[in-house]
Amino acid sequence: MSESPPILALRGVSKAFGAVRALQDVSLDLHGGEIHALAGENGAGKSTLVKILAGVHRPDEGQVLLDGRPRDFRGPGDAQQAGVAVIYQEPTLFPDLSVAENIFMGRQPRARFGRIDRGALRSATAGLFERLGVSLDPDRPARGLSIADQQIVEIAKAISRDARVLIMDEPTAALSGNEVGRLFSVARTLRDHGCALLFISHRLEEIFELCHRVTTLRDGRLIATEPLDDLTPDDLVQRMVGRELDTLYPKQDTTPGDALLTVARLTREGVFTDVSFEVRAGEIVALAGLVGAGRSEVARAVFGIDRYDAGAVEVRGTRLPVGSPTAAMAAGIALVPEDRRQQGLVMDGTIERNIGLTTLRTLRRGPVISRKAERDRAADWAIRLQLKYSRLSDAVGVLSGGNQQKVVLAKWLSTEPSVLIVDEPTRGIDVGTKAEVHRLLSELAADGLAVLMISSDLPEVLGMADRVLVMHEGRLAAEIPRAEATEETVMAAATGRTRREAA
Amino acid sequence: MAPDASVKTASAAAPVTATPRVGRLVRWDVIVTALLIVVFIGGALGTPDFATGDNLSFALDDLCEIALIALPMTLLVVVGEVDLSVASALGMSSALLGALWDAGWAIETIVPLLIVVGAVTGLVNGLLVTRLGLPSLAVTIGTLTLYRGLAYVVLGTKAVAEFPQNYADLATGTVPGTPIPYPFALFIVLAIITAVVLHATGAGRAMFAIGAQEEAAFFAGIRVKRIKLLLFVVSGVVSAFAGVIYTLRYGSARADNGLGLELAVIAAVLLGGVDFDGGRGTLGGVVAGVLLIGLLRNLLMLRDVATEIQSIVTGLLLIVSVLTPRIVAGVREARRHPRGSMSASSQ
Amino acid sequence: MTAITSGGGRRLVDTVLRARELSILAALVVLVVVTTAVNSSFLSDQGVKDIFLNASILALLAVGQTMVVITRNIDLSVGSVVGLVAFASGKFVLGHDRNVLLVLILGMAIGAVCGLVNGVLVSFFRVPALVVTLGTLYVIQGADYYWAHGQQINAADVPGSLLELGSGSVLGIPYLPLITVVVMLAVGHYLRSYPSGREFYAIGSNPDAARLAGLAIRRRILTAYTTSGILAGLAGVLWLARFGTVVADAAHGWELRVVAAVVVGGVAIVGGLGSVYGAALGALLLTTIGSVLVVLKVNSFWQDAIAGLLLLLAISVDRLLGLRVTRALRRRNVRHGA
Ligand SMILES: Nc1ncnc2c1ncn2[C@@H]1O[C@H](COP(=O)(O)OP(=O)(O)O)[C@@H](O)[C@H]1O
Ligand SMILES: [Mg+2]
Repeated sequence: MSESPPILALRGVSKAFGAVRALQDVSLDLHGGEIHALAGENGAGKSTLVKILAGVHRPDEGQVLLDGRPRDFRGPGDAQQAGVAVIYQEPTLFPDLSVAENIFMGRQPRARFGRIDRGALRSATAGLFERLGVSLDPDRPARGLSIADQQIVEIAKAISRDARVLIMDEPTAALSGNEVGRLFSVARTLRDHGCALLFISHRLEEIFELCHRVTTLRDGRLIATEPLDDLTPDDLVQRMVGRELDTLYPKQDTTPGDALLTVARLTREGVFTDVSFEVRAGEIVALAGLVGAGRSEVARAVFGIDRYDAGAVEVRGTRLPVGSPTAAMAAGIALVPEDRRQQGLVMDGTIERNIGLTTLRTLRRGPVISRKAERDRAADWAIRLQLKYSRLSDAVGVLSGGNQQKVVLAKWLSTEPSVLIVDEPTRGIDVGTKAEVHRLLSELAADGLAVLMISSDLPEVLGMADRVLVMHEGRLAAEIPRAEATEETVMAAATGRTRREAA
Repeated sequence: MAPDASVKTASAAAPVTATPRVGRLVRWDVIVTALLIVVFIGGALGTPDFATGDNLSFALDDLCEIALIALPMTLLVVVGEVDLSVASALGMSSALLGALWDAGWAIETIVPLLIVVGAVTGLVNGLLVTRLGLPSLAVTIGTLTLYRGLAYVVLGTKAVAEFPQNYADLATGTVPGTPIPYPFALFIVLAIITAVVLHATGAGRAMFAIGAQEEAAFFAGIRVKRIKLLLFVVSGVVSAFAGVIYTLRYGSARADNGLGLELAVIAAVLLGGVDFDGGRGTLGGVVAGVLLIGLLRNLLMLRDVATEIQSIVTGLLLIVSVLTPRIVAGVREARRHPRGSMSASSQ
Repeated sequence: MTAITSGGGRRLVDTVLRARELSILAALVVLVVVTTAVNSSFLSDQGVKDIFLNASILALLAVGQTMVVITRNIDLSVGSVVGLVAFASGKFVLGHDRNVLLVLILGMAIGAVCGLVNGVLVSFFRVPALVVTLGTLYVIQGADYYWAHGQQINAADVPGSLLELGSGSVLGIPYLPLITVVVMLAVGHYLRSYPSGREFYAIGSNPDAARLAGLAIRRRILTAYTTSGILAGLAGVLWLARFGTVVADAAHGWELRVVAAVVVGGVAIVGGLGSVYGAALGALLLTTIGSVLVVLKVNSFWQDAIAGLLLLLAISVDRLLGLRVTRALRRRNVRHGA
């Protein structure tokens, strides 16, 4: 099967973003008629590899080979011309244009005089959706589509290209079981037609079900490329993680105290409905579910970023006003947000200013900020969290992903919260730092903090949480105690295969 | 939550990389300041009438409205907004001053009233921007037209003159013993206050954070809307007061006073190195930018260069001031990354 | 469930979008009807002709500006280009009997150069559009004034054939609005029905996605600015043809009027949304208000104030409608939970 030369290949590719070495000396072969899996933890460099194949990034070192010959993709257009279609991890739609136009932008079917043939455009789109077994209106604008539907539009866009190479970066993260099944049958058809496919997923069973071979990345380095037949899921995890699981998830046993955070019947129309739970002192509660299930949205509403339509949020029995992060902070909540680069940090700002941003009031000496106090506080936290940096006056943008995340944690822990909400706390950071973050969360809980952890990383959820809340399509689908939480029970609830018994 | 003793042993402060700091030396505000000094020395040597007290105080007086309004404009641009309605607010204030003075009101009553009106003009801008989430560019183009229109409604094409001499003297006189006109002295005081607010207080830290990454600032509990609203109000107040100065300086209240001034103010702010995308800039740079434009105009005038050329020079300076940093950054990027990545080309 | 959604979202959004143009049209009609009821001379042949003549140049500029704004940029230099071209073509025809076509070509060529400079600075150097075009506004205006030096072009020196362009008509329709309508339809058709036309919207709607889709962003932005420049050049010649007497500051300050017309016409200042038809209607509405105030003997000083209010109203209503639509679309997604 793999005798033919690879359609698309990487040779010794390296890529760095500032101090972050996203890829180091990675090689990869994609053969026609084969579905190749790319495995690795969050931040291992998978998406960066995809973007190099797609011509979005150009490698610092190494080569991209097309049909065995070096090719220099000068932009995404070049890669598309060469027959490479990509489903990016983050949807890239034009909100103001219709779904059909989104799919065919730049290569619309033409009628006379080069005009767009709208009829053909619509029917081609409808045909694609039929193939994928979804019912979406080709003429509705992309604005307001759910994450799952956005992902479906991306998939339709990629398969409509009739490409020789199809790259899929976590296409299933937001999809239900049915939709995943459809995607897989389309992928198999393409494979049988001689396409080369690259598939990325965090769900190991999907990799084993669909793919022939797997390449594993860890911290930007190539660990192995091997046939999946010879592997067990545990082998694969071992390659991805590179250390014993119990050192990665050093959960300490604690006895929970009083309820610090109480969320009652929280509803934001069209986003989440009737969400109730509490988090007690000393407890780590995980909020699991598919991408787009509404987990981050609940966290945002609790912290006051978004408003909610009904329900209540209480900290130590005191009700919080709707839509005020300032009030939430005053009540003792801290939120380490999902998107570090947009929400967590001011990337151009210095390390010390980023850490100080949440506690400006306490840094004041008279009316002005004391630079010494600002720097001292940053230095204290840098030591406590073992931050690696050269100067506190450096922009946080030059730090590695893991160290950036430590700055975010420092920024929030310095407010001395009693409730800590962490949204994807280890996304995009290296394994070493990941273990440190886990140890820190565990220690904080042992010190009496109430921790609410949102994570898409199932081993992390299972390894760290005292209780697992699972969301499905905007509702709490299940509450699973640590003892009963397994990959199966959590995924069943997350994909809607079980319903919460007692409401 | 005391720092854990066991991890203190880590040598956290060990330098990981030693990036050369040359970037710091070629900051744009430093270049503008250097340019300012060059222009001043060149002017003093080449043009006899330039470095005289009379001429300098004339040049400064001529500049003071732009200089004053540039202060709140700097803060607005730092938080990523812009106020194009400032000159219209100035004109409206001038027209009101004329109309009320004509109607027999006392200056002492009019001026506080104008300040309130100025605050309202800013409040309208600020509420539309923060409550409705509209782009300030569109909003203030609207209020630019509205406020100028109201100025005409108030005063028509009339000109009101003959304001009391003691007030006119305040607007044109100099601080005894110096060539500094009183309005410019006011500018100096306000500039110092603004500089402290922007560069040394929590509010200033918050403003930079808002401009650089508004979402992150909001997530950090900063009251983004409140700060923006306040800045628009300050901008309105300062513009209204500048209208009073303008009127007294020229001794004439007209609805078209200060027409087009908003562009000169923005030119000065950007020339001073404030990033139009927000989050970056220094007040020192802006002061240098304001002075550079003022002195350059004065020099060109003294040398009998047509006023039109002054406009060309301003325009070119403006383009160069935004173009140079991008080119420098581009060259630096290209040198570090011979086969530079496309990812640097974010919009 | 899904059967209901299919088409529902589209209809909703389509209605709102079309409502945007329809509501301007409705405002126009109401304005005209009320004014005519008060003063029947408003709808006289001459009155209507004047409005269309006055609106033509503004609408022409609004068409060019729309292309730029749709890509999430702005062109503030148009007013100064009109001034420069009006004066330059005046100088060119002074005392000669130049061919009208030649004058038009010259004017558009000057405009094209100005637009190209803006386009190169914005697309290749990625400098903020507002700043660049503000700078070129100053430079072009300065060059124009310097050259004119207080001089004036007099109608008496302008060849009759050119003046005929400004005041003449074919089949009872004056040339000026005719030209504007033809240009508007051509650009509108291009933007709506050609693949490259749609890319302008895509770029303004999500620049990052446009890059990932491999669209020719620079070329489109360059095209938008060049078109805006060419149309400003055309408008400059028409200005001369219409008024005959021209000083250097023709169309001084018009940049903001043009932006106002475009925004009132429903083109989103953040890009991605709107049509040239809406923009042209916006120009017509702003012009009509001016005439109405004269006819109703309202102090004409109110004109600017009303235009400003209208602009604020337009963007506020747009925004509120947009929020409603987004919320409605979001609620529709709840079907996934059913
Ligand atoms: N554009 C970028 N700028 C800076 N750092 C980046 C960028 N893209 C990715 N990274 C960093 O590169 C590393 C690898 O990220 P990524 O390829 O997204 O990992 P994965 O897809 O495997 O989760 C992470 O540390 C991430 O923070
Ligand atoms: Mg990824």
